[in-house]
Amino acid sequence: MSMQKLAILLVSAALIAGCAKKTKPDDEAAGVVGRDDGFVTQPSPGDDLYGDGRAVEGEYGVTDTPEALLGQTTIYFDFDSSAIRSEYAQAVAAHAAQLIGNSRMAVRLEGHTDERGSREYNIGLGERRAQAVRRALMLQGVSGDQVSTVSYGEERPAVTGSDEEAWAMNRRVEIVYLR
Amino acid sequence: MIHRISAYCFTFLLLLAAPAAQAQLRIEITQGVSEAVPVAVVPFGFEGEGAPAVDVAAVIDSDLAFSGRFAPMDRRDMISKPTRPEQVKIEDWRLLKTDVVVVGRIKPMSPGRYEIEFHVFDVFRGQPLMGYTLPVSADNLRSAGHRIADMIFERLTGVPGIFSTRIAYVTVDQDDGKSRYRLWLADADGARPQVIAESRQPLMSPAWSPDSRRIAYVSFETGVSRIFVQELATGRREVVSSQPGINSAPAWSPDGTRLALVLGGRDGNLDIHVLTLASKELRRLTRHPAIDTEPAWAPDGRSLYFTSDRAGGPQIYRVGLDGENPRRVTFEGNYNARPRVSPDGEQLAVVHNDRGNFRIALLDMRRGGVRILTDGRQDESPSFAPNGNMIIYATREGGRGVLAAVSTDGRVRQRIAAAEGEVREPVWSPYAR
Repeated sequence: MSMQKLAILLVSAALIAGCAKKTKPDDEAAGVVGRDDGFVTQPSPGDDLYGDGRAVEGEYGVTDTPEALLGQTTIYFDFDSSAIRSEYAQAVAAHAAQLIGNSRMAVRLEGHTDERGSREYNIGLGERRAQAVRRALMLQGVSGDQVSTVSYGEERPAVTGSDEEAWAMNRRVEIVYLR
Repeated sequence: MIHRISAYCFTFLLLLAAPAAQAQLRIEITQGVSEAVPVAVVPFGFEGEGAPAVDVAAVIDSDLAFSGRFAPMDRRDMISKPTRPEQVKIEDWRLLKTDVVVVGRIKPMSPGRYEIEFHVFDVFRGQPLMGYTLPVSADNLRSAGHRIADMIFERLTGVPGIFSTRIAYVTVDQDDGKSRYRLWLADADGARPQVIAESRQPLMSPAWSPDSRRIAYVSFETGVSRIFVQELATGRREVVSSQPGINSAPAWSPDGTRLALVLGGRDGNLDIHVLTLASKELRRLTRHPAIDTEPAWAPDGRSLYFTSDRAGGPQIYRVGLDGENPRRVTFEGNYNARPRVSPDGEQLAVVHNDRGNFRIALLDMRRGGVRILTDGRQDESPSFAPNGNMIIYATREGGRGVLAAVSTDGRVRQRIAAAEGEVREPVWSPYAR
């Protein structure tokens, strides 16, 4: 197995491992309040309740609703990279869950690149991005029959322009529901 | 947010003779050789009634000027306008400091048919260089002008001219807020542009057959990529590759019997394949998990060059038809892609990343060494003229895609601009028409 494939698998595996948040091992995150010559004190909050509390009304935390995650149909990529950034883990998981729950549904993953470099090589890079998302979906249990890919390379930019901002908006995979 | 395939309703039109003057390309010399040869192309005489539809001498004049190697004389500076060889006074032209004089006349023959007689003189030596008569139909005068320019160019430089060749290119413009992709053919000087295919979905990678009668290209008209071969004379086309996944980067073998192409399959692993057109036999040439794409045949048809990122970034490799042991051929820089082989097989034009700028570079395969030919930021899609002297390529200017050409010695530069829209992927036709 090539290093590239291995790397893609590792990234995908990290996606499945999913929501476990990394904690920084620094003092603040550990809640350290005092340190003196190797002696450390830490606060120990009790269960004290201050009144009965009440439910917050109205919408909040919308980004975590399945609907919002499923509405996220574009995944953006770093320059010269087909690694799915961690910020898209939940959206990919939501699409995977929807596809697993509805085996008649199918998606097409449309890979795109920015305008730089050779057109046909960019078709290859766009395909690599689409395949990275396909593998992430399949690793979460989606059937391969439900996921097809196409690469448009640099041929169908979302945004025109020749600056970093436009390029970042164009390096993407669009998840298109076919049925 | 659920898109449906019905959104991919597409229109695909074959327009056989769409006149579109506004899309005509204009060629400007942005850099010529300092020792450009002064030449006088005297207006051709016409021995019939009125005037012919095309100013043949003007066609020859502008062809020679476009080459960047000749400096044609303004007609207003000519003190005489001979049309027959016996009228040429070499002394007059010597005084005007021109090195070459071309004179000619157009004689009506049967209805709709002419004969062009032309003569070329070497003023410097005071000698006739060539004399020729060319039969031509009335509606073919422009082509005759290009042909005469080719003959004169070859006589004077020893290199066959390319003025009778054509270029194919792709344009994209916005129509009703939607993209419109069009594949065009035009004379090498940009005249007589004609749309041969039009689609709402991307069209890309046009490739001329060696007999220049057909063009292969990639169309996404159904939402996925397929490879077509279109016959230019009739506009008829057929799908030659519609495998699952990517179908891309067609390249004709020098004998025209096979097409190298790139297939990705369901798993998206791009590899080079060779399709025999008559038998439809498909053979896989490369087997590697990296991206292998952009095949280009060596002129002898025994090996292919291609782009692969098996070593990390894209580099050029060469492989024989047995597919065994591809050898890397580019080592300079971290990005070399889209190889095109010169007609003599000795040079490779590539897209090269030159400190963050994508430029056309020329790799000398016999002596080694890379020469960067262009100075843009996003130069791509190099294509050799069939005489190997010029490379046409796509670049960006003022936020638009335009075409440009550069001589392989780097001395002549041309800018080829369209009035509107994005122009990209120029490909120079072979000689035969």
